[in-house]
Amino acid sequence: MFEIFSYSFMLRALIVGILVSLCAALIGISLVLRKHSMLGDGLSHTAFSAFAIATVFGWTPLWFALPITILISFFILRLGRNRKINGDAAIALLSASALAIGTFAISISKGVNIDLNSYLFGSIMSTSWGDVVGASVLTGIVILLYLFAFHRIFAITFDENFAKSIGIKTGIYDIIFAVICSAVVVLGMRLLGSLLISSLIIFPTLSAMSLAKTFKGATILSVIISVLAFIIGLIISFFIATPTGATVVLVNLAIFLITKLSFFREVW
Amino acid sequence: MSECLLSLKNLSFGYEHHVIGKNINLDIEAGDFVAIVGSNGSGKSTLIRTILGLLPPLSGKVIFSNQLKPSQIGYLPQETRIDSNFPATVSEIVLSGTLGQLGFKPFYGKKECKRANAAMKTLSIEKIAKKSFSELSGGQKQKVLLARALAATSNLLILDEPSNNLDYDSRHDFYEALTLLNHSHGLTILMITHDLDADDLIGNKVLSLKDGTATIYNTTDYLQHYHPTHEILDHKEAH
Repeated sequence: MFEIFSYSFMLRALIVGILVSLCAALIGISLVLRKHSMLGDGLSHTAFSAFAIATVFGWTPLWFALPITILISFFILRLGRNRKINGDAAIALLSASALAIGTFAISISKGVNIDLNSYLFGSIMSTSWGDVVGASVLTGIVILLYLFAFHRIFAITFDENFAKSIGIKTGIYDIIFAVICSAVVVLGMRLLGSLLISSLIIFPTLSAMSLAKTFKGATILSVIISVLAFIIGLIISFFIATPTGATVVLVNLAIFLITKLSFFREVW
Repeated sequence: MSECLLSLKNLSFGYEHHVIGKNINLDIEAGDFVAIVGSNGSGKSTLIRTILGLLPPLSGKVIFSNQLKPSQIGYLPQETRIDSNFPATVSEIVLSGTLGQLGFKPFYGKKECKRANAAMKTLSIEKIAKKSFSELSGGQKQKVLLARALAATSNLLILDEPSNNLDYDSRHDFYEALTLLNHSHGLTILMITHDLDADDLIGNKVLSLKDGTATIYNTTDYLQHYHPTHEILDHKEAH
């Protein structure tokens, strides 16, 4: 079975997927528990739109999509803080608008050959060596952040007001999380699909939360679940030629349902 | 006269286009136990958020004494803001109270662990240290958050309606713990509460917020004035 990774596209997909899954799981626990689950969703649609526009105009998609997505992520986080605006509804509008703009841009540009299906649901063939480098750098940063700021991230996630009151600069962490989330979405989008990438931020966290009692345990477990689900999903998608993103999400769903069985909870 | 721990000088507070309190001048003395009362919307929470530095004052100042750093105030926010299914153990939560004293160090050291253990011992929750927050009763949760606040401070505790969701027994138990911290540990306490129930006025002073102004009373005077039918308990007179 391991000879499938002798194809270089499979090797790239494996590396990028593992690294993106790991980062998604790490930031996922903080985003989900702080009720920012929709951030990833809004961002993935934005990234789709940015990719489509970049492709239509012949720009390098990655370098166009990343700054745009980061910019929108700041906007979404601010929306969440504004009491006068219904943040939930605003993100839903933003997602739909971005998706519409992207699809519109693709369809009016004749002569550009884009496989919409692979953009939306992920394609195993799509990762480049550039993505491998990008994902490695991102993972390095995320791991360093979690190693050295783990306790502070816990404090902010558990109770932002208290964290602020003891002098933790929560605003800086918001920015860091928004940037990391954008990078995860942009790097993982073509492999896992723009409609599905955001679930990688949420599923492993929810699965881990139903098993683990400590924050540390939940964080480590969500990383293990996320990476495992990706590897299983990737192998299945290779053999039965299904979209990678959809397959990985289904594996995650299965794991989530299993963790919800009370029997497993007792054992852990 | 005891030393002044915290002074508000001409403080106006509120949100950008909405002034809630105006030109407030008052001193909190070290060792005081102040109940902050006022109707809904009178600005109790906004005032303490301003004191904690979570909200910038509109004008005027909050002045701390030398022995008190703003990042070393023990704060207990309203419980409803915390996700009750959060995966975290009691000791993880209490330890996080010491983060303000960590400086630039990334990890907890022996000193921080000692502090957290002492806080749990003071509130007799050391037996549930390894338990998950989600398994605890309402009263236990509040005690855990109080222990976290205690780990954060040696001087001043600020509590936002801590007894809101507690039944009679747990409330009694919680107030007993607060009184102990005030008497034996010499902690100054500011606690938002409802003044509807005189049983909640357990401290020696009452800070009443009304129509944008703040007035400080001795608890006994306040009770005689606003709750004339309430029997003043012995421990309040002794205070």
